[in-house]
Amino acid sequence: MNERVLELDNVTMQFGGVVAVDSLSMYVDKGEIVALIGPNGAGKTTAFNVITGVYAPTNGNVKLRGKIIAQGHPTGKMKKLYAGTHIGEYSRLVSNTPDRITEMGVARTFQNIRLFKGMTVLENVLVARHMRLKAGLLSSALHLNLHEERRIRQETLDLLEMLGMEELANENATSLPYGKQRYLEIARALATEPRLLLLDEPAAGMNPQETDELSDFIRKIKEDFKLTVFLIEHHMNLVMDISDRIYVLDFGRLIADGTPEMVQSNPDVIAAYLGVDEE
Amino acid sequence: MLSTVLPYLLSGISVGGQYALIAIGYTMVYGILRLINFAHGDVFMVAGILMVYISSSGLPLYVTIPLVLVLTALIGFLIERMAYKPLRTAPRMSIMISAIGVSYTLQNLVLYITGGLNQFYPVIPFISESVTIFGATTRMVTVITPVLTLVLVILLVLLINHTKIGMAMRAVSKDFETSQLMGIKINSVISITFVIGSFLAGVGSILYFSNYTTVIQTSGAMPGLKAFVAAVFGGIGSIPGAVVGAFIIGICENLIKGLDIILLKAGITTQMLGLTTFSDAFTFALLIVILIVKPTGLFGEKTTDKV
Amino acid sequence: MMTKQVNPIQQPQKSVDSGKLWTALIIVLIYAGVFIAEQTIPATSMLFTVLKKGATYALVAVSMNLLNGFTGLFSLGQAGFMLIGAYTYGVLTIPVAQRASVYQYYNGGIVQFAMPIIPALILAGVFAAIFAFLVGLPVLRLKSDYLAIATLGFAEIIRSIFQWDKLGSLTNGSNMLRLFPTFNDFNIKNANGEVTLYLSTLVPFVIAGVCIALIVALIHSSYGRAFMSIRDDETAAEAMGINLARHKQYAFCISSFFAGIGGAMLAMYSNSVQAKSFTSAMTYEILLIVVIGGIGSVTGSCLSSFLFVACSEWWLRFMDQEQYIGTWKMPLLRNGFRLVVFSVIIMIVVLFFRQGIMGKRELPDLFRRKPKAAKGEMK
Repeated sequence: MNERVLELDNVTMQFGGVVAVDSLSMYVDKGEIVALIGPNGAGKTTAFNVITGVYAPTNGNVKLRGKIIAQGHPTGKMKKLYAGTHIGEYSRLVSNTPDRITEMGVARTFQNIRLFKGMTVLENVLVARHMRLKAGLLSSALHLNLHEERRIRQETLDLLEMLGMEELANENATSLPYGKQRYLEIARALATEPRLLLLDEPAAGMNPQETDELSDFIRKIKEDFKLTVFLIEHHMNLVMDISDRIYVLDFGRLIADGTPEMVQSNPDVIAAYLGVDEE
Repeated sequence: MLSTVLPYLLSGISVGGQYALIAIGYTMVYGILRLINFAHGDVFMVAGILMVYISSSGLPLYVTIPLVLVLTALIGFLIERMAYKPLRTAPRMSIMISAIGVSYTLQNLVLYITGGLNQFYPVIPFISESVTIFGATTRMVTVITPVLTLVLVILLVLLINHTKIGMAMRAVSKDFETSQLMGIKINSVISITFVIGSFLAGVGSILYFSNYTTVIQTSGAMPGLKAFVAAVFGGIGSIPGAVVGAFIIGICENLIKGLDIILLKAGITTQMLGLTTFSDAFTFALLIVILIVKPTGLFGEKTTDKV
Repeated sequence: MMTKQVNPIQQPQKSVDSGKLWTALIIVLIYAGVFIAEQTIPATSMLFTVLKKGATYALVAVSMNLLNGFTGLFSLGQAGFMLIGAYTYGVLTIPVAQRASVYQYYNGGIVQFAMPIIPALILAGVFAAIFAFLVGLPVLRLKSDYLAIATLGFAEIIRSIFQWDKLGSLTNGSNMLRLFPTFNDFNIKNANGEVTLYLSTLVPFVIAGVCIALIVALIHSSYGRAFMSIRDDETAAEAMGINLARHKQYAFCISSFFAGIGGAMLAMYSNSVQAKSFTSAMTYEILLIVVIGGIGSVTGSCLSSFLFVACSEWWLRFMDQEQYIGTWKMPLLRNGFRLVVFSVIIMIVVLFFRQGIMGKRELPDLFRRKPKAAKGEMK
């Protein structure tokens, strides 16, 4: 029934002496909206970076639809630390560059907006279509794929229209207001034709009304594009409103998981958030 | 065998010391500004030209040499103030382009002043004298260079580790913004870095040109590039690294210059292979290998980019 | 929803684009002007030197801009790839009868055939691109300034290899390659050897023009957008599914392909090739041309190439000689003064006009009224 879209098994990410993510195991099923929360510095974005291939995990593996996409086994100095726990288990190392993982249907947005500064709104989204291009370098460079190029442009414009940004298509991306830039990042991610969408603090810097609009929007795109959504967020209203399940990280460790109600009443979570909660 | 290799080894050590004095300027500036100061090799060349012109005025050496060093330091200071300071907030590529522009300007200025002719470097008594070591005849400068280099490096390391300005330098190279917030006068730290770097390049130029006897506007380009490679090799930002790298490059380069003869005399080859052509190329091959195998160099610190 | 509905935004693009029309007209006029000038003005005029060298430099500058300005790869290997192009062209096209005199120290060399000009030009590009591919495998992983210094290093290595005595039967060692077809061979002559139709300037214009047009087409394709996304933000580009290694390699090889052709054109312009002239100073000069024109503007690179060449070969030449106004001797003017003036201009541009002549704008943009342009540039 429930297809397991994403699964992390015992994932550890260590930078020098700092363990940013510590033996994290979790999963996201098809069609779910799952949130990853935790205080600042809990290792949420690091977890995203491991899933999307920016970092190779120090230990553990990441599975996408049952297939291992990233796998680490301790090397060098780390070997001693992890010796014994997984001897021989990960003899083969799997690592994918972020573009390969995007190609497999995982798209993401960034916490600190990373739009292409020198390009227009339309071009920003068009870039995301590039990897699905059928034409090769030569026919594309010589503009022999006019038909395909026209189709891609039309699809991109339709996507922008859906977001109510069609009038801004030829504006410079960074001249948009902040909220619009966040939406543009989502549009760009959607254009890669993902099945799993990772949102890194999509509501950061938004006021309550904008946050409400965003939750409706996330639900809508989840239905329209048949997505599974995994998000990091600090706005608790948004998280509690849209998530099916929630994972809570603190200092790289998973301290709680479950439905919003369960997590809200968990004493560990309350302790971790005491005085940190922004609400 | 040894008698064949020794002259090349000696001149390698000597050239290595001269490269080291230039490399320190690169590595210090890179440590603080993250800038490859492409003009540094030309500052070194300008120091040579200054020596030619000032000594031709008939001043005694004990005036000429300090004057040249002070003026070289001043040039380094002015370059930083005029060409790099206005671009402090600009993208890194702009500052690098500015450095290339300064290099172009210095070379053209010297071309104009000298008319593009080779200038004969004044003979400095004592350091140009011949001396015989282990049966190999060489000049005094070959012996003086490594000693002087090491003395200057030790003084510099003491300065950096035990004085207030040294502490400020270390702080700025660790974290530019934070040290600014902590009240360190960034601009004076940067200026002092350029002054020290140029001063050492000036010392290097006296030793180098005493050995090579002529200066022309392009004389600084190659030693400059090689010193930079030495700095990268040793781990950019690290002073001991730059010195070690410079000696390694100087020695290897000179051994390659002599490789044909060494191989011939050792009976490994029967004819000249013309390998001398590759003495410059070797340095760059070394650079590329080190960048690929260990981009942080021998003594460099590892940094990770934050996403 | 995905069907063909008329989109409000696409309309202005589909209507006649005055910018493109004007651009096409200007380009046609330039070519016509070159052709007419060549038939009417004596061939010895400085104008033609400037136009020929300017066209060559324009191609080289645009190819460098593709890498530095559009893909954000700060490479300083341009001279090395030009050298490969120049040598490929020279080696392949020297007439068989002349080889004995060119390769006098190497028994006429080992290559004993001569190719027509155009295939040799293309091969010049291909060899440069192949070499770029090999160089790119290790160095393209490096970041900004390390990439710059590594490519600079490779250019120096190439220069050494081509001067190596042992390869002399191919490269003529440190001696010149000469007597290959040059721009002047494009002139059409009658039986008496008199020129009936001058084409020695138009043909380089056509070659450079075709190459630059191909680069522009590339920039406006999906691959061009991918290159620009790498320039703007590597991490985001990779997250959008752009394979960084492959696309950087594409940009690097394509840029080198055209640099190779540019090198071959430079050989044709200067009638001889010698490895020692392809120094890092040449790369710097081209980089400065790109900067003056505007990093990220093809039009800018072309304009500034012609300006640069015109100034250095022609307009500012007077500065290198003593000049008198009446009996008053103008001060400072002597050999090298031109380059000093030049350096000062370059430093002013680098420090105070960082956008260069064109910024990121192109020729068609100059004729378009952009109501929102002001807003975009506020940033």
